[in-house]
Amino acid sequence: MKTLRSVIDWLEDRTGIESAIKHFLYEDVPASAGWHQVLGSVALFAFLTQVFTGMLLAGNYAPTPGEAYNSLRFIVTELTAGQLIRGLHHWGASLMIVIVVLHMTQVFLWGAYKKPREATWMVGTVLLLLTLAYGLTGYLLPWDNRAYWGTVVTTQIASLPPGAGPYVLRLLGSDGGSIGAITFARFYSAHVLLLPPLTFLLIAIHVFLVRRHGVAPVPEDAALPKKKFYPEQVFKDTVATFIWFAVLVTMAIVVRVPLGHVADPTDTSYIPRPEWYFLFLFQMLKAFQGPLEIVGAVIIPTLALLALLLAPFIDRGKAARIRERTGAIAIVVLAAVGWSALTARAIATTPPSTESPDAGLALIEPWQEIPADQLAAIGAFRKDNCGNCHTLGKSATGPDLAKAASQKPVDWLMTHFKQPAPNVATQLKNPELRGLAAFVTKRNDQGVKAWSEAPQAAVDGAMIYQANQCGACHKLNGVGMQTGPVLNGVADHRTREWLEGHFADPQKYSPGSTMPAYKLNSHDLDRLTSYLTAIPK
Amino acid sequence: MEITPTRRTFYSAVIAGLGGIMTAALAAPAAAYLLIRPKSQKQSDFVPAADLSTLTVGKPEEVVFRRTRVDGWRVLNEKSTAWVLRKDEQTVVAYTPQCTHLGCAYHWDEKENNFLCPCHTSTFSIDGKVLTGPAPRPLDRYVTRIEQGKILIGTEIQKS
Repeated sequence: MKTLRSVIDWLEDRTGIESAIKHFLYEDVPASAGWHQVLGSVALFAFLTQVFTGMLLAGNYAPTPGEAYNSLRFIVTELTAGQLIRGLHHWGASLMIVIVVLHMTQVFLWGAYKKPREATWMVGTVLLLLTLAYGLTGYLLPWDNRAYWGTVVTTQIASLPPGAGPYVLRLLGSDGGSIGAITFARFYSAHVLLLPPLTFLLIAIHVFLVRRHGVAPVPEDAALPKKKFYPEQVFKDTVATFIWFAVLVTMAIVVRVPLGHVADPTDTSYIPRPEWYFLFLFQMLKAFQGPLEIVGAVIIPTLALLALLLAPFIDRGKAARIRERTGAIAIVVLAAVGWSALTARAIATTPPSTESPDAGLALIEPWQEIPADQLAAIGAFRKDNCGNCHTLGKSATGPDLAKAASQKPVDWLMTHFKQPAPNVATQLKNPELRGLAAFVTKRNDQGVKAWSEAPQAAVDGAMIYQANQCGACHKLNGVGMQTGPVLNGVADHRTREWLEGHFADPQKYSPGSTMPAYKLNSHDLDRLTSYLTAIPK
Repeated sequence: MEITPTRRTFYSAVIAGLGGIMTAALAAPAAAYLLIRPKSQKQSDFVPAADLSTLTVGKPEEVVFRRTRVDGWRVLNEKSTAWVLRKDEQTVVAYTPQCTHLGCAYHWDEKENNFLCPCHTSTFSIDGKVLTGPAPRPLDRYVTRIEQGKILIGTEIQKS
């Protein structure tokens, strides 16, 4: 203890750090200070946590289009706690908005922005804008469809101001409205290089101003002795921060963080939508069409922001008890009702997403990526009990076909398949045998993995796909014609019921379709549908 | 307005306790995230590097081969080299191409009959043993296998 004391004394003597901390902790706060004033501290810690998790993410992240997606997928699927850290950053951003808005609401309700605290309020308003800017720029960084299409809409809105529009677009690296490598670099550099120092600076000014003017008192405080910031208020701040933290960790663990398919600019089926806290703007825009669009997109938000920024100069009445601030209460209630109504309407009127929110997280197995003819050949191998002699992975009666591709000519193989051993005959038909011959001579690593791992139901599905020659019109995993639509990722935009009904009566489900009807029994229908819906985009 | 000493102790304990829990809850996953290796590192696999018949017994050759390597989220197919020595009809050793001192590329010095690293003039015998210079241990070796007349080189490295 004595050594510790002397180290502290040395530090105090050289830097004055101990007295600085004491000065900070033993600041006077009004007698009325309490639980309603904890939100500023929570917001500060929420920001610091975002900085921390953001730095961790950046340590395994490649900030370029495409690579960004792959590296994020690596973080969440390959790294220990990667999913958790991304969850903390993602939900931390949402909670940050909640806390910052609650903090502002509290200050607004109590009228704590009144003279001499106008500047504190205005700096806080700019901090709110910075928080939203993090949300907008961070939204693009996963580079999945959600990120890409959401940002397309954002940049289009940013291009609306007359005159300035094209320059705003160019500033965002989105000249002409396209989202690409430069847009990405601008968003990333804003998110990690421009915004954080600005935020730190403004937080420092904000906290300095809070300290300079002291925590806003209420009229009754004049008669009461002041309290110290430490330990009572610090205790309340800590408990509140802990509650926020517990909610954040729970969300990061329990609620999935979306990661869709990699951004696809040619995907016309994707319906972009903004993050939940921007939904009200998105909904409001729908009310303003044509030449009026700029009113909803630019004029109203700008006026609202100006009103917020200048609130201390608009509300010039004398400081009053919160119960007497009916005007402020009415504004908060109106804003909350309006926001909720717009948000609810936005959710209710947006069609369900065409893509599962975590489509990008599903582990893709080799059998889902090989063409149907190869998977059907695996089915033929299994159906004909070839494995009785050809054990995969070791030499048995027959050679190990997993180790090396067969070098035999196709004619030899066909004869061998028809009568593999004396008194053994095949049950397979010629097309199936030809598929098997092609597979055993040309199979690649993925094919070999699928050979031993593919679930039988999927293999059955592939055999039905081949038997019905679906590949004559459709392309799947890179093989087949394109008379009909490509079938990869069909589950993203068609339900199982739709697909099953469509096989039986294509014209009923897509009028004008040239696809013939397929009368499959219920077993085959089920297997084929399961197989097709399992093939990723 | 003064608070009682017991209340004060309670406040301080809660502040320290909750602060500690939050710090630990952030630090532990951060450490795991930064220090634990990715889950599915590619296991060792052997790639064909050269035909055994192309090598002369007792003469090291620099063999260039292609192998697939996982680099973070990327899978690279890249050029790789090894100094391969055919010791007799059926055995080979494949030295990794870096000097064991500071990782410079060394080469076989035909005249001197040893491996020479140009950085700090470490020399190694044909068996990989250190002859002169600052190298701390003999040359590292790739695991190898011979199958149907082909030399296969694995990813695992043996140090002695």
